[in-house]
Amino acid sequence: MDIVNFLIQLLNSMQYGLLLFMLAAGLTLIFGIMGVVNLAHGSFYMLGAYLAWSLASLTGSFALAILVGTILSVLFGLLLEWLLFRHFYQRDHLDQVLLTFGLIYVFEEMRSILWGDDVHGVAIPDLLSASIPLTDTLSYPVYRLFMSAVCLVLALGLYLLISKTKLGMKIRAGAFNHEMTQALGVNIKLIHAVVFALGVGLATVAGMVAAPVSSVYPNMGSQVLIMCFVVVVIGGIGSVKGALVAALLVGLVDTFGKVLLPQVAGMLVYVLMAAVLLFKPEGLFKH
Amino acid sequence: MKPLPSSRRAVLKGALAGVTATGLAVPEWALAQTGKIRVGLMLPYSGAFAPLGVAIENGVRLAINEQGGKLGGREIEWFKVDDESDPSKGIENANKLVQRDKVDVLIGTVHSGVQMGIQKVARDSGVLTLIPNAGIHAATRALCAPNVFRTSFSNSQPTLALGEAMVKRGHKKAVWITWKYAAGDEAFEGFKESYTKAGGTIVKELGLPFPNVEFQALLTEIAALKPDAVACFFAGPSGAKFMKDFAAAGLKGKIALYGSGFLTEGVLEAAGPAAEGVMTTLHYSDSLDTPRNKAFRLAYAKTFRAQPDVYAVQGYDTGLLLAQGLKAVNGDVNAKPALFKAMESAVIDSPRGKWTMSPSHNPVQDIYLRVAENGENKVIGVAAKALADPGTGCRMG
Amino acid sequence: MSAPQSHLETLPRSLNVLLALCFLALLLFPFVGTDFYVQMVSRMMILAIFAMSLDLLQGVTGLVSLGHAAYFGVAGYALAFLTPAGEPISLYTSLPLAVAASALLALMIGFLVVRTHGIYFIMVTMAFAQMVFYLFFDNKALGGSDGIYINFKPDAKLFNLENKHVFYYFTIACLLAVYIFLRRLLWSPFGRALAGIRVNEHRMRALGFDTFAHKLCAFTLAGALAGLAGYLWGAQTGYINPELMGFHMSAHAIMMVILGGMGHFAGAIIGAFSFEYVLHVFKDLPEVAGFNLGKHWQLWMGLFIVALVVFAPRGILGLLAKIFKSNEDAP
Repeated sequence: MDIVNFLIQLLNSMQYGLLLFMLAAGLTLIFGIMGVVNLAHGSFYMLGAYLAWSLASLTGSFALAILVGTILSVLFGLLLEWLLFRHFYQRDHLDQVLLTFGLIYVFEEMRSILWGDDVHGVAIPDLLSASIPLTDTLSYPVYRLFMSAVCLVLALGLYLLISKTKLGMKIRAGAFNHEMTQALGVNIKLIHAVVFALGVGLATVAGMVAAPVSSVYPNMGSQVLIMCFVVVVIGGIGSVKGALVAALLVGLVDTFGKVLLPQVAGMLVYVLMAAVLLFKPEGLFKH
Repeated sequence: MKPLPSSRRAVLKGALAGVTATGLAVPEWALAQTGKIRVGLMLPYSGAFAPLGVAIENGVRLAINEQGGKLGGREIEWFKVDDESDPSKGIENANKLVQRDKVDVLIGTVHSGVQMGIQKVARDSGVLTLIPNAGIHAATRALCAPNVFRTSFSNSQPTLALGEAMVKRGHKKAVWITWKYAAGDEAFEGFKESYTKAGGTIVKELGLPFPNVEFQALLTEIAALKPDAVACFFAGPSGAKFMKDFAAAGLKGKIALYGSGFLTEGVLEAAGPAAEGVMTTLHYSDSLDTPRNKAFRLAYAKTFRAQPDVYAVQGYDTGLLLAQGLKAVNGDVNAKPALFKAMESAVIDSPRGKWTMSPSHNPVQDIYLRVAENGENKVIGVAAKALADPGTGCRMG
Repeated sequence: MSAPQSHLETLPRSLNVLLALCFLALLLFPFVGTDFYVQMVSRMMILAIFAMSLDLLQGVTGLVSLGHAAYFGVAGYALAFLTPAGEPISLYTSLPLAVAASALLALMIGFLVVRTHGIYFIMVTMAFAQMVFYLFFDNKALGGSDGIYINFKPDAKLFNLENKHVFYYFTIACLLAVYIFLRRLLWSPFGRALAGIRVNEHRMRALGFDTFAHKLCAFTLAGALAGLAGYLWGAQTGYINPELMGFHMSAHAIMMVILGGMGHFAGAIIGAFSFEYVLHVFKDLPEVAGFNLGKHWQLWMGLFIVALVVFAPRGILGLLAKIFKSNEDAP
């Protein structure tokens, strides 16, 4: 593999890693702050993709679709938290696993009833549809750069939110000690709702942004869910920084694995996870 | 000892009743008297393959209704089971139809893993089994059986026709890419054989884990290898994604893209302009310009208010084959030798063109070369005429 | 982490009587049921063994594994590899080997996984099971995505397993043996230690127990028993594929254990039967007002699971125990 090829593969792995990060960040936040494991996280990704498709077809504008879609999904996240999840913060992890597993079924069927089972495409907006030539045969799609940019901006935003704002401070306090934070007069219920909606929002935006590239189809959430879990485990549950590092690592292993070791490519990411766990049973970064 | 309170007695009674009730079934003699032929459909009715299951069933019913709605003069009783595209439930679901509902005919399915389960039940029970899609080789090769007939294709048939078409167009160096699973491996078998026989060289064989759709890494690899063409096997939404990624990576126009026809089936809308110019080989095309196909498409659209696809055609042909076979034995589904013989020698007047059965019970059919143009697969020629699956290792009787 | 009161270790006497009667019904079933239903009940019993093995891990030790199906599937594959194409393999060599294979895999993965806690454990067990899944799925040498046939049921020499009724009774025997073994284990010092670990691991460690060793032991044993179930599954259906080790299979096992009620093992059996039966019912739902209820069985299943978690966290056995206990206490 020559140097140009290597650099391009590096770019590929980074782009995939950043998308994974968007999803994993939501999952790890929800877990880290509220202690809820959510197997239905992949369903939010799917929801985002289907929203992007139906809204874009309805309005004809991808940008508008993302805007409206984000608002709708945040509202949906708030509703879901208020209706169901908030009653499960104190429950067993087992119950949470089961509840969210049941939700996967429900969401898939609702999707089937509302939007049907067919495959759909979402057109890349003209502004972003060009490709930048990198070698005489290969070009890099501008849209993928856009995706990576969106993920980076959101990652930065998340970092600033959590470490530099008052809200972020309250969130961190709530994660550290529930009762104390509440005793200090912070509306912990609101914090939880905000964090949950944030997690859902991140996952659905990931789905919306990825839709033109991945197409929109049934069960698209389950494929990405497992990877998400692996990223969270490697990074350390509750650590957003860990999720970023782990997602980039997984991107690297997946990308270079496919090219250099195709025989075992499917297993490589899990081998990576096993290796990390051997030395750091709680992931790379402790919460 | 105190007598049990009445509530507890009720519970016990209920438990015993419940347990025995499910065990009792309609006695054998009652079934033979009704006179209806029991046809069982085992198809995906949920999940990603649901549209295919629906299309196949529609095709079967359309064909039989056109023949008068009866099979060999007998009325039909339909049974349906959702196979959930789950191979681990294949045998259980097939037995629901074969053992519980005691169907005379089993039609299924789409997914090759599930088909393995059906094949076992078919071989063990001897029930007439028609395969309306799954292309797994073993079904008409090593695991073939006198009572199993396929009306679709074998995984290597479309790609067996691809090699020569590519070399004829001057694309002598190619990279092959697909998923690493049985259907992908079998499609490669066909491609390798036909392409090397025609004088082409396979520069590299790329594979990604199923159902991974992160193609970027391998597209970069393809760009570095600089072949004349890329040949592939992907089906469903992943096919659309591959074509889109291929185009977005700037490879479109520089490297020709070919594929087994499933690459462009049902996804041209989703793929958009990225699919323009992609050439594929398949045993059918929506745009096939024959009176037979046109009539079929009109009838299907009128009845189901939707456009048919290759899966609907396969279902349709299944209905035709069944109708022809049962007509020859006057509906006596137990006259197995005569029934099988009739089906083996049937000529199916299909929307895809006329085809016949190979000795191992797979269609001997024309494979068309198509190019994706303006959102449809335009037929530009016949890539292979009367192509048969070799049926290696099939021993019947 | 898990509430002690959601586990049922002893049951009211009248409920025990009911359970014994159900077992009797199970023994008599082949005389009234058709072949299809005898096979279905055999399958339910095999899943019951699988559920009991998970109950040891989850209900007793408090370790929630989302990857238990890996050990189920591996034993099935072991049988598939051991059975030659043209003749059966002896039951007495293949069964121990298959169970040993599952136990070995459980030991290896357990060693890496048991050191994690809580949510980590859940996610990590799931991920390792996926790894095993891909190992088999991606490699044609191991059967690949299409799986492997097992052409002959194991040869038991003294009785003929090819006969559906004989196989049924053999399965009952295995079910009973596993149940008795696990009940004995539950009340042994080892079992008590496991229960103690579930309630409060730190305290157990402070008391001097090697909790790592205990958990690893439980994990391995649970894996071995899951292997027994997987072996029987392979023997019964004659076909093994990677999906048997997949995420959905593992999740179903958890649901069976919860549905029945954790910690007593009879709950696991009830859960397995009930879950399969409920699935059966949902899938066969008729069409109502043009809306095909059966087609959307996943929706009903999902809502059922959600309702179960919300309203009946102790499962069916828990509900029955409450009813029977209040009846016993009443004057």
